[in-house]
Amino acid sequence: MDEKRIHVISALVLNKPGVLQRVAGLFTRRGFNIDNITVGASEQENMARMTIISHGDENVLEQIIKQLNKLIDVVKVRDLDPENTVKRELCLIKISTSSEKVRSEIIQYANIFRGRIIDVSPETLTVEITGAPEKIEALIDLLQGFGIKQIARTGATAISRGMVE
Amino acid sequence: MKGSEAIIKSLQDQGVDVVFGYPGGVLLPLYDELYDSDLKHILVRHEQCAAHAADGYARASGKVGVCIGTSGPGATNLVTGIATAHMDSSPILAIAGQVATGLIGRDAFQEVDTLGLTMPITKHNFQAMHADEIPGIIKSSFYIANTGRPGPVAIDLPKDVQEEEFDYKNDFQIDLPGYKPTKKGHPLQIKKASNLILNSKKPVILAGGGVIISESSDELMELSKVINAPVTTTLMGKGSFSEDHPLSIGMLGMHGRKVANMMVDECDCLIVIGCRFSDRTTGKVDEFAPNAKIIQIDVDPAEIGKNVSIDVPIVGDAKIVMSSLIKAIEKLKQKKQSGSSSKWTKYISDFKINCTPRLSYEDVPLKPQQVIKEIRNTLDDETIVTTDVGQNQMWMAHYFTTKIPRTFLSSGGLGTMGFGFPAAMGAKVALPENDVVAVCGDGGFLMVSQDLATIKEYDIPVVICVLDNRYLGMVAQWQKLFYNKRISHTRLGEVPDFVKLAEAYGVKGERVKKPGEMEETLKSALKSGEPTLIDVVIDPDEILPMVPPGCGITEIVGEYKVEREVPGEIPYRAPHIGEDGD
Ligand SMILES: Cc1ncc(C[n+]2csc(CCOP(=O)(O)OP(=O)(O)O)c2C)c(N)n1
Ligand SMILES: [Mg+2]
Repeated sequence: MDEKRIHVISALVLNKPGVLQRVAGLFTRRGFNIDNITVGASEQENMARMTIISHGDENVLEQIIKQLNKLIDVVKVRDLDPENTVKRELCLIKISTSSEKVRSEIIQYANIFRGRIIDVSPETLTVEITGAPEKIEALIDLLQGFGIKQIARTGATAISRGMVE
Repeated sequence: MKGSEAIIKSLQDQGVDVVFGYPGGVLLPLYDELYDSDLKHILVRHEQCAAHAADGYARASGKVGVCIGTSGPGATNLVTGIATAHMDSSPILAIAGQVATGLIGRDAFQEVDTLGLTMPITKHNFQAMHADEIPGIIKSSFYIANTGRPGPVAIDLPKDVQEEEFDYKNDFQIDLPGYKPTKKGHPLQIKKASNLILNSKKPVILAGGGVIISESSDELMELSKVINAPVTTTLMGKGSFSEDHPLSIGMLGMHGRKVANMMVDECDCLIVIGCRFSDRTTGKVDEFAPNAKIIQIDVDPAEIGKNVSIDVPIVGDAKIVMSSLIKAIEKLKQKKQSGSSSKWTKYISDFKINCTPRLSYEDVPLKPQQVIKEIRNTLDDETIVTTDVGQNQMWMAHYFTTKIPRTFLSSGGLGTMGFGFPAAMGAKVALPENDVVAVCGDGGFLMVSQDLATIKEYDIPVVICVLDNRYLGMVAQWQKLFYNKRISHTRLGEVPDFVKLAEAYGVKGERVKKPGEMEETLKSALKSGEPTLIDVVIDPDEILPMVPPGCGITEIVGEYKVEREVPGEIPYRAPHIGEDGD
């Protein structure tokens, strides 16, 4: 029961100023963890979908969901079942490229990971990759040796599979 | 219509006839509108008092109380009062002025992030960026503040929005897709709860402030009779069940009645209604009601299991849920499930007699118990008493017999010194027919004493009893009990002369020093119909027995002085009741 695990919480919220602050403030005040949070428009007009990844035991999760539900600007909250959820993240990685050889190696890795090169300069290459967070970690690990200059990650967003709500 | 006019019209549409406020630069448009409005405005002398007065108004009447303050310092002064209302689920509307929209974010004169400041201490807050939003915001604010679990709502109101003209239409709808409070309890849970209750032999009911808010004291009384269960309350629940009823066992918790603490420890089924399991109520959570299955009824799902794990949760309005529960239990009873018996209630009443606190003392300086006894003797049941925070509050909570809901108002959750007097002012404004008496500590009263001017100017005849021990008594009590009697910075000294202080404001001042005088003085103060302050000189050394923080609620320290010593104490623990099955 009190096993800690990762939770993916999907919340439909009113697309109004201050909503993010309300949600973030709630997590801070009640001592809940936010591993990452993403927000964007949803399928419904005037509503945004927030995906919050958090960890904690079942009691903590229950409190998080109940407290989120209490916020007037939060319309609906779901704890997505990890078995039936697709998680995706976008990541941009800028790498120093000293030689032609290095460049082609990086491009090869990017291809294997279905990444794309989206910017090139004499000293750098920028790779774009989307996928499950684990896949992104793997590519970053591989590229580490070349000298990563910058990483920008969106954090994961998630959706349930099929007709599962 | 101008924004400022819309505010007043919208407030009046919600039935508001009085507001407590304090003006300032950004509120000039609103105050200009108030100038020829028939909405009554009471000018307090500190915004904190406006918020507490609105809160007292709300607690006494059940209606939303309204307070107003200017931007910046006006808003920050409101904050303590808003937080106080939030912790005790009291429906107030706080309107704070804001700098003009074009200046927001530029650190303008008297700009503060009111929205950000009040976010964690309100049920919800709004910022009106255009005048045409005002009617909808105010209507929604009242709906949010006083439905479901009530609470404060704040509105941030920029200056230019008050001046903006718009086409007033009366056809706006409340559109809050994220807000749907649950009312009815789930039938399956009610069935489970009924079975549990009827299978228990030693049930106890714990009633919190939610019973008062949902106006379900009648249902509570019926439930306790139907299931033969004694009733204890939290501080906020005081008045939900008449404390002179034989089934009442008084307040529970850190400063609770001995019988209440012992019986909650003893019971095999605890039915908790509208109570959020504050640490002041439960003591050490792991040792709370160790022998009991716990049923919790609350309108706020987030309260279920937050602090204490619950066997049968029921989410819903206490009034509706209790009615369903009573029906379900009566049905089961016909199928001759027995439940608790008179053996249990008899055991409790014997135990209760044995630890009824002693109230009569002839001592000078006065013992607080004697003072409270005299206050109780003087007041009729409908009199609203407010308390401040500290020993005065806990003495009142412990010793003062409260009989009906909404007559005992106290800052429970936030424990805000300075609450008692302005809350009394608000209560008196809400219910001018009722007598209103504030029982304050000398420290707490001095935090708000400037508002003596308000009760004088507006002729709000409350009676303030200052329990004058010249100490921050409650803190000194902890220093005596837990910090080696090192009385660090809790002695208040000899000033002020409270009688003269009152007189400086044109308020009648009296002093009481000996047994019998309180009754006499209070009686004539109430009869005079004038605002009065009574300086009650009490014994600074009196200590209320208490449960040290972090301990289970049966571990009461300090001598628990009882009214009459009965030879052969009733044994604590009554296992026989459970075992032979009756
Ligand atoms: C605004 C505020 N500041 C500090 C405290 C901490 N505090 C709790 S009780 C107390 C002493 C109160 O003294 P007094 O008002 O004289 O009441 P007494 O305990 O003597 O009855 C203090 C300082 C508080 N509750 N509220
Ligand atoms: Mg004092």
